[in-house]
Amino acid sequence: MSVVVAKQLVKTYVTGDIKVEAIRAVNFSVEPASFVSFIGPSGSGKTTLLNMIGCLDPPTAGQLQVVGQNITRLSRQDAARFRGEHIGFVFQDFNLIPVLTVFENVEYPLQMVQSWPREKRKTRVMEMLDAVGMADQTHKYPSQISGGQKQRVAVARALVTNAKLVLADEPTANLDKKTANMVINLMKQMRDEFKTTFIFSTHDPRIVDNVEITFALDDGTLQKLEKSAGGDHV
Amino acid sequence: MFNIFQLAARNLFRYKRRTLLTSTLITLGVVSVLLFISISGSFKALMIGQITDSMLGHIQIHKKGYLASIDSLPLNRNLTGKQIDKVVQILAEEDGIEAYSMRIKLGAMFSNFIETTNIRLNAVTPTDEMKTAPLLADRILEGEKEDLIKPGEILIPELIAIGMKVKVGDGIVLVANNKDGSVNGQNFTVRGILEGISGPGGRDGMIHIDDAKSLLRINTVEVSEITIRLKDIDKLPAVFTSLQEKLGSMKNQQGMPVFEVHTWEKISPFFNIAKMIDLMTFFIKIMLVAIVLVSIMNVMIMAVYERINEIGTISAIGTLPNKIMGLFVLEGFLMGILGTTVGTVISLISIAIMNATQISFDFGRQTGLLLSPTIGATDVVLVMVIVIVIAVLASLQPAWKAARMDPITALKHV
Repeated sequence: MSVVVAKQLVKTYVTGDIKVEAIRAVNFSVEPASFVSFIGPSGSGKTTLLNMIGCLDPPTAGQLQVVGQNITRLSRQDAARFRGEHIGFVFQDFNLIPVLTVFENVEYPLQMVQSWPREKRKTRVMEMLDAVGMADQTHKYPSQISGGQKQRVAVARALVTNAKLVLADEPTANLDKKTANMVINLMKQMRDEFKTTFIFSTHDPRIVDNVEITFALDDGTLQKLEKSAGGDHV
Repeated sequence: MFNIFQLAARNLFRYKRRTLLTSTLITLGVVSVLLFISISGSFKALMIGQITDSMLGHIQIHKKGYLASIDSLPLNRNLTGKQIDKVVQILAEEDGIEAYSMRIKLGAMFSNFIETTNIRLNAVTPTDEMKTAPLLADRILEGEKEDLIKPGEILIPELIAIGMKVKVGDGIVLVANNKDGSVNGQNFTVRGILEGISGPGGRDGMIHIDDAKSLLRINTVEVSEITIRLKDIDKLPAVFTSLQEKLGSMKNQQGMPVFEVHTWEKISPFFNIAKMIDLMTFFIKIMLVAIVLVSIMNVMIMAVYERINEIGTISAIGTLPNKIMGLFVLEGFLMGILGTTVGTVISLISIAIMNATQISFDFGRQTGLLLSPTIGATDVVLVMVIVIVIAVLASLQPAWKAARMDPITALKHV
């Protein structure tokens, strides 16, 4: 069963008399444990699409199914609950909570979103920090670690709840080449280990080179690029 | 490991200076209110104690209409023997009464054989009077305090002693109009000089009740007023209501009420000052509410504004809106708790210091009154509850705003 299925998905923004069609009746599906990217120039609609898949923004029309559930018309409360249960997020600016330690940042979704018991939480957080190579930095605050380390913690936070799907919006934009490669490899490793689907919105060719499926967005329309030995082709 | 309380507390201390400033403001508000309540309460209690314990008593019983014409000290409105018996019987049945004293109040001419002036007098039975007004003896500035007064002696108010140049041990004459209109005079020896106090009877002289009867040629049992002291002044409303019901319902042959019962509050003008103190306390509490409301609201609005991106993050990763709201309300609650706890501790220490240093003050003609500020647990708890409730209320709007924030807009915020 596909993790994401979009049928005739439309997103229109209305500002006064002006209507902007950010996504124009797109159709696509994403299979479990795949590594997928949405690419396109600024304003092409890739973040909008990612926000819709992440239940942050409802579609104007069409149908969107994520991990087997129709999320087209979820209430604010239900959308939050759905995100907490099934989706992990990795942000461009890492978005760790500055007053929480590395351990507590990863613990946050288990404590504040899913209410796991204390011991179970501790085991799971350590397991994830170990998996991302941050088990020896648990008591440090975000201000005390590097950008690459922050993004590794963010990946651990995204995966800690056993999320089926991780949405990563420009996850390497603020990282140097070496660190970006490390983070991409880490996410790939996580995908292999936990069978999680990763969907990226990116400009970064290093990510595009590493993903298995790429969707190109241009002016709200979508095209699937097929991978070949020499790169991606339409 | 953390919980929502720790997260809220850490968020507060993220902006240490601002949190400290706001908490200090709340602390100052709490300290001001608690110190005002304790000092004004102490002043009030002291003054009430002075007034009731040195003259007025807690409750007074008169014949109906006496109080309205008290300026002329009418002898024809005295309580008769039968009426006194009835009152005594009712007082004996009442639990809360510690003592009572019967007084004859009269006006007379006071002569030192050179000049003459008017004097208002209370004629009392010394043993009963000292039980009913235990601070009365302390008002004797010169002369013997023990046994208060004996037949043939007079305690004269300070103003008359100065004005008439009369000293302790001097002989004087009192001339008074009797009930039948005739005049009688009697010699007295000045036993002591009484300090004047504010309020009714505060500048009256005092003689023995037997002397009043002979001066006024009263052959029967009669008194002008019965002054009552209660075991516990807090029981005043209950005892007053009980006496009012029992005595107020008694009618004479014409069907008119026989007695009138009054508390000190009705008789003394100080009660209005006490009421003003209560009113000021109320307004001080309103000011505290305003301080807490404005300062917490300001801080929480700023906190929400500065953490928009973070709100977007926690919302995106699935934190439910009510939990986000709870987090911000908790921050306001903790700030209220911090301010009020520190404020209460400082206030209690300040009260203890004031008691240890024994601050005295003057009120009217009374000097050297010792201020002993105290504060009841009820007042402390009430102020704490007010601050905390207002802190929570002040956080509601910013917290609601945070909870309702659109995660996409919040995440885009720089």
